[in-house]
Amino acid sequence: MRLLILSLIITLSSTLNAQSKWFTRSGQIKFYSSTPVEDIEAINNSVSSVLDQATGNIQFSAEIKSFVFEKALMQEHFNENYMESDEYPQAKFAGKITNMNEVDWSTPGDYEVMIEGKLTIHGETQEVKVKGTFRVVDASSLKAKAEFKVKPEDYKISIPDIVREKIAKEISVTVNMEYKPLKR
Amino acid sequence: MKKSLLFTLFLGLIIPNVQAQEDLLSLLENDSTPDSTVVYTEASFKTTRVVNSHSLENTAPGVLDFKINHRFGEINTGGYEMFGLDQASMRLGFDYGVTERLMVGIGRSTWNKTYDGFVKYKVLRQSSGFKKMPVTLIWFSGMYVNSLKWAEPDRENYFSSRLDYAHQLIIGRKFTEGLSLQLMPSMVHRNLVENTDVSNDVFSIGVAGRQKITKRVSVNAEYYYVLPDQIQDIYTNSLSIGVDIETGGHVFQLMVTNSTAMTENGFIAANTGDWLDGDIRFGFNISRVFTLVKPKELKETGSDW
Repeated sequence: MRLLILSLIITLSSTLNAQSKWFTRSGQIKFYSSTPVEDIEAINNSVSSVLDQATGNIQFSAEIKSFVFEKALMQEHFNENYMESDEYPQAKFAGKITNMNEVDWSTPGDYEVMIEGKLTIHGETQEVKVKGTFRVVDASSLKAKAEFKVKPEDYKISIPDIVREKIAKEISVTVNMEYKPLKR
Repeated sequence: MKKSLLFTLFLGLIIPNVQAQEDLLSLLENDSTPDSTVVYTEASFKTTRVVNSHSLENTAPGVLDFKINHRFGEINTGGYEMFGLDQASMRLGFDYGVTERLMVGIGRSTWNKTYDGFVKYKVLRQSSGFKKMPVTLIWFSGMYVNSLKWAEPDRENYFSSRLDYAHQLIIGRKFTEGLSLQLMPSMVHRNLVENTDVSNDVFSIGVAGRQKITKRVSVNAEYYYVLPDQIQDIYTNSLSIGVDIETGGHVFQLMVTNSTAMTENGFIAANTGDWLDGDIRFGFNISRVFTLVKPKELKETGSDW
């Protein structure tokens, strides 16, 4: 009987442990390309992400077609000619927060985190290291922010000469997440 | 008994570890809310026209499309007319996307000094994902005002005699990334016709398609078959073959066609050129888009920290 209780307790406590996950379906990713000729901005407000507090594993998934541009024609060309989003519908990131122990989950505040992992865009995967910020708000809210640069050529996104001067060599990407606890 | 307890214990220890290794995003997929995203098919054609005909595409909401359409003279007019380049027939027009489904437009053509206006509505939109729709279905209606001086000014003339109408269904599908095809059952109504032998209503069926040859270049073609015994024998079926070239904000369309008119009442029901006699023309359409209303996602640049 004692053994039964013990095993129950262990099962329960480990399940609790596994519940320390955070998620969002409405994360925001913005990117910005700036050249003397033209500034281009696009925004995606339906990014999915899951963070496992216990292991520091973090994953993102963004539908390419959900990026909205000011110019509809630019959006069409972005999908049709550059990202080929029928073939590569999502951009993904799977990685790990390397300094998870520095985040004090019981004290609200901002914590700088280092994230390492694999970023997949246009079917090409690259190792990336990104600095980000966690804002621990309370037990039901966690915010996260990161900024980094992406080179289209690293992901085999071909840019024809005719528009070469309009698209920056390095695209600035801003990530803004507001996580909720994942209950299951 | 002990074995099963040990097994439970073992499970309790091992399961969370297994979970930690799995694809975290798959946790969201099994959630109670089903994935309700509908992916509407985009870019079936480079622009809203195949050559003369309307394509499966509409101008995006809030976007104004300025179209300059130009047809030279007939190639068989010879060297004196520089194979048609000395002559010109034009249509200047504005298309505007009101919603995702509704586009309206106005234009003015050299042919019969025509003013035209149209409404183009997507009844069905080809889509995949949560809602699957194999085809796009469009209702198109246009109205055309001939503003030539009256041929017989002494006779009593009515304004209504200047009016033509066209109604079309456009049913089409983007079959692959490169290939799109559409069918266009059409009816043109003329309030005034040449004589009592011809009918006011002209029924026809059109086919059109495009095949991309590179990401930014496609070959387009369209053909209208007018059902027999409706119009005078001098009129022919419209056949146009073109190339679309997209360069960022512009789409250039280059074509050869046996049609002078760029409005449905003209190229369907009053088309005079005969391909076999060399009555074909070079021409081009230029499309330039202007965003008048920004998408709402970009207005609220929302980040509170």
